Amino acid sequence: METLMDYVWAFVVGGLLCVIAQILIDKTKLTPARILVSYVVAGVILYAVGIYRPLVELAGNGATTPLTGFGYNIAAGVRDAVDRIGLLGALTGGISATSAGIAAALCFGYIAALFFRAKPKK
Amino acid sequence: MNIGNKEYKKYVEAHAQKSPCLRNCVHAFLSGGAICCAAQGLTQLYKCLGATESLAPSITSITLIFITALLTGIGIFDNIAKWAGAGTLVPITGFANSVVSPALDNKAEGWVMGVGAKIFTVAGPVILYGTLAGAVYGVIYALFIR
Repeated sequence: METLMDYVWAFVVGGLLCVIAQILIDKTKLTPARILVSYVVAGVILYAVGIYRPLVELAGNGATTPLTGFGYNIAAGVRDAVDRIGLLGALTGGISATSAGIAAALCFGYIAALFFRAKPKK
Repeated sequence: MNIGNKEYKKYVEAHAQKSPCLRNCVHAFLSGGAICCAAQGLTQLYKCLGATESLAPSITSITLIFITALLTGIGIFDNIAKWAGAGTLVPITGFANSVVSPALDNKAEGWVMGVGAKIFTVAGPVILYGTLAGAVYGVIYALFIR
């Protein structure tokens, strides 16, 4: 039962984070790029004020998969690094914590560009 | 049809799509929720296969990024995204697509200033503002909270 509820919360929280973005796109002039930037910064802020970690504990991947989770990982990494090495951690923690995702996107992006051509836009 | 302006306006309003925003939101909720559920399943799977609590979510992200890169490469991702809207944009799939797509589109401009530079079109701002916000938080945390 516990596992089932994990999936329900992941679906609901992840889905709602997408709905908020959809409303912002439809009702304001925010471009998708601005949405992504806002979500990452929002993730950092929500972690800093203590809201996002409980949300991650509740929803698991429903909170970490959306781009706010990227911001959460940056903030959590920064905090962890500051605890370990002091002020310098403010610079090293964020990118270290998100390096897997960033490097994967860049490498797979490059490999995709090697093997595929852009489809003509309709 | 021979109708006046007023009748035409009525006709258009009657046949226009009702509240595309609501429909978009339903699509976004379903597809975004489904992607997060799939991510939850992958993390569960990797834990069963022996990944640690902290590594499993990273491997899940890498998996989703790989699938997105593949779907973007063969040209399917755009069709899914058209239906899903923010449902594929907000999860890590949207970030991955925003990296892969400009890399493909700008091959003609060369491998350095085309692929190399344009791959950061959206990823650049995302990484910049994320890192900046993280650094600001880190300084505040180091000086005042810790």
